[in-house]
Amino acid sequence: MSYVIEMLNIRKEFPGIVANDDITLQVEEGEIHAILGENGAGKSTLMSILFGLYHADRGTIKVRGKEVKINSPNDANDLGIGMVHQHFQLIHNYTVTENIILGKEGGFVLDTRQGRRKIKELSERYGLNIDPDSVIENISVGMQQRVEILKMLYRDADILIFDEPTAVLTPQEIDEMMDIMRALAKEGKSIIIITHKLDEIKAVAQRCTVIRRGRLIGVVDVASTSTAEMAAMMVGRQVNFKVQKAPAKPGEAVLEVKDLNVLNNKKVLGVKDFSLSVHAGEIVGIAGVDGNGQSELVEAITGLRPIESGSVSLLGRDITKLSIKERNDLGLGHIPEDRQKRGLVLSFPLYDNFIIKDFEKRPFSHHGLLDKPQIKEYSQAIIEKYDVRSGEGVNSLAGKLSGGNQQKAIIGREITAQPKLLIAVQPTRGLDVGAIEFIHAQLVKHRDEGNAVLLVSFELDEIFNLSDRIAVINAGRLIDIVKTEDTDEYAVGLMMAGIKSGKEVG
Amino acid sequence: MAKERLLKEHKAGSLLVSLTAVVAGILAGCILLLVLGRNPMEAMRLIIHGSVSDPRRIGNTIAVATQLILIGLSVAFGYKAGLINIGGSGQMLVGGCVASLWAYYGQGIPRPLYLVIIVVSGAIAGGLWGFISGFLKAKFNVHEVVSCIMLNWTALWIIYETIPAFMVDPSVASRSASVPAAQSLRTPLLSQFFPRSYINWGIIIAIAMVFVIAFILNKTTLGYQLKAVGANRFCAEYAGIKVSRNIIISMTIAGALSGIAGVTYYCGYSNMIYRNQMPNEGFDGIAVALLGNCNPVGVFFAALFFAILKAGKGSLGAGAGIPPEIADTIIAVIIYFSATSVLFRRLWDRLFHGMYEKKLGKMNIKAAGPSSDVER
Repeated sequence: MSYVIEMLNIRKEFPGIVANDDITLQVEEGEIHAILGENGAGKSTLMSILFGLYHADRGTIKVRGKEVKINSPNDANDLGIGMVHQHFQLIHNYTVTENIILGKEGGFVLDTRQGRRKIKELSERYGLNIDPDSVIENISVGMQQRVEILKMLYRDADILIFDEPTAVLTPQEIDEMMDIMRALAKEGKSIIIITHKLDEIKAVAQRCTVIRRGRLIGVVDVASTSTAEMAAMMVGRQVNFKVQKAPAKPGEAVLEVKDLNVLNNKKVLGVKDFSLSVHAGEIVGIAGVDGNGQSELVEAITGLRPIESGSVSLLGRDITKLSIKERNDLGLGHIPEDRQKRGLVLSFPLYDNFIIKDFEKRPFSHHGLLDKPQIKEYSQAIIEKYDVRSGEGVNSLAGKLSGGNQQKAIIGREITAQPKLLIAVQPTRGLDVGAIEFIHAQLVKHRDEGNAVLLVSFELDEIFNLSDRIAVINAGRLIDIVKTEDTDEYAVGLMMAGIKSGKEVG
Repeated sequence: MAKERLLKEHKAGSLLVSLTAVVAGILAGCILLLVLGRNPMEAMRLIIHGSVSDPRRIGNTIAVATQLILIGLSVAFGYKAGLINIGGSGQMLVGGCVASLWAYYGQGIPRPLYLVIIVVSGAIAGGLWGFISGFLKAKFNVHEVVSCIMLNWTALWIIYETIPAFMVDPSVASRSASVPAAQSLRTPLLSQFFPRSYINWGIIIAIAMVFVIAFILNKTTLGYQLKAVGANRFCAEYAGIKVSRNIIISMTIAGALSGIAGVTYYCGYSNMIYRNQMPNEGFDGIAVALLGNCNPVGVFFAALFFAILKAGKGSLGAGAGIPPEIADTIIAVIIYFSATSVLFRRLWDRLFHGMYEKKLGKMNIKAAGPSSDVER
């Protein structure tokens, strides 16, 4: 069997951490090869080396049997290697065609006709269904991803790297993405997909290379390996997919939302006449397709967005007029949707990020003076408990952490503060199964300690796994609230589409 | 097998990057001089001669540095909260004007009290100017650069009218009457070491402010909030930090620092205010803050360096007919290089990476050594 890509004995160190330690990756022609690993296991580093973004300290790379040096993404492109990054690199006010031909325009006078024709051809051949004249900002995230794929195909890449391609997609888009990948492989393209979602590997990949903490654990044949086996290889122990939890013992109402109306960014009502209560000792999950008012609801409760009418009460006290700080101090915790925008100050070290809500409280400060030793001690405890992996411990800049570890840091900060009401938005987005298992257990534990948890997630699995009651939101309205044991994914799915069928509950 | 030792790869620090910018700026100045057919070494000698060759000149250089330190701190402090304080000139003017009014009308106040009064009132006046910019930004989202520039001119024209009304010099209309030395910040305590120079209490105040600002930024909850707002205002807002309040506080303190700079300048260094002259120090302060990487100690040394260039440039024209603008050119080039410091950082990092790989190679050979012995 001939390998199209061989990365042999790759080693890469960063200050304080060995990201890749003697890793070998061999990809066959025309296969879909998955790279599976936890957050920060070294998957992205390995691919960045292949794509010329980093240089390996040791090891060799062979493309189609020939040893090569890849010093920059341009070298990678010349070798027919293309990459779709997690964060798309598109110009928003340009059309699809303009984005794709950027850098390959040819002469001085811009002639898009030829490029447009080729794009149309490629789009049809692989079933991408892209209109070359659409402007990027007007098309969905899923479509934007296809533009990224077209960009690689336009440059005649035949080795395609996908970095967590489904992280940003809706369930339907994920299915379509899988079809596209299969079509690409059928046409002879070799595909490397970085992921920690086992279902997707099962769905499309032939072989899977498993990495743990920078080391190669093994290469498995996907068809003959169960997801549980792969998960165990990745994490290094058995993983429970089902959350262990006792039935809820709901107490007093902690959060009460009544007839809430909130404007969204387009200045129309994003949340309409919404009423909901969350009690101590229960987890209420909000199910809904992304963009149906979840963000506006959460921002209204936390004070980040003004409300039009209605009321929000916390522990029986009306908080609609209170500042964000007053709400936080009353016992509101919030794991925000966008961890880099809201959740962390990326240029601050971790220890400064852990006290961002409590820096004015003892023991972190006295009379306006910060107590660094106390702050660091507190931070050290969080990163140990929540397994936040970083090069320099609590002194690492938040921006230097991998996405999953940033998420763990935020969750650690919020739960450690012991809020009476914890609002968790997509708490496990971007996390691997091991970390998800841990976070889910922490959320349940927080519930069992007599606190209320409001969970917002776009993944039905997570909603069903954690919630005691499920509230379904569609177009800003509450469709229904049902007990989890009285419903199923099918019924909730219908409600998410705005069709009410569940049983009414108290 | 023994645990593998981690080799640390060295990364370029801010100091190294700033020094590289300085060296590059001086080199650029030298090249320019060569093109002009002058001897660069001679120019450098003259600049050094003009700034630090005798006690009087050293005193003057320190006096020039005084304003630069304070305004550099002002710009750096605003920048930490994400604000660009380009209003140092106006803040200086109002601070200096209020202090000068005390100098003319506050005679008879015991000297220690008098000195405290002029510095504090200058700080309040400058702080008020900064506050206006901060308030407009916080409440109406008026960009601070716009309001600062407008307030610079507002200050200038207020002073234009104040001088003929309250600080008349009967012989000259274009400037205020000079502040008597006894009413200025000058002190025999310092002047005895630097005779006939403009050195004054200002330098002591400036050095104290370096420590005060460093302390606020690094040790206090106030500094923590300001930096959080500057680094990520969305996260600060999420955490319950009052963004508007911090913007106002930051601009007020920045304005107060520039106000004190005005006191040291107009009641210590020049001792008079020209009716129609915007002080350049407000803009030089931006360069100082940039070169000092907005770090208080960095600002201190950057200000000293710029003061040497500024104080020494007079000797260029007088000594050898070299255009004194060469010193300004060097400053300008340094600003360019400071602003594009990321290039230097990359350059150094690449260099360090090469050295690191070499070391790594050596380590591998060493590691291979003993095992081959065993085989034999």
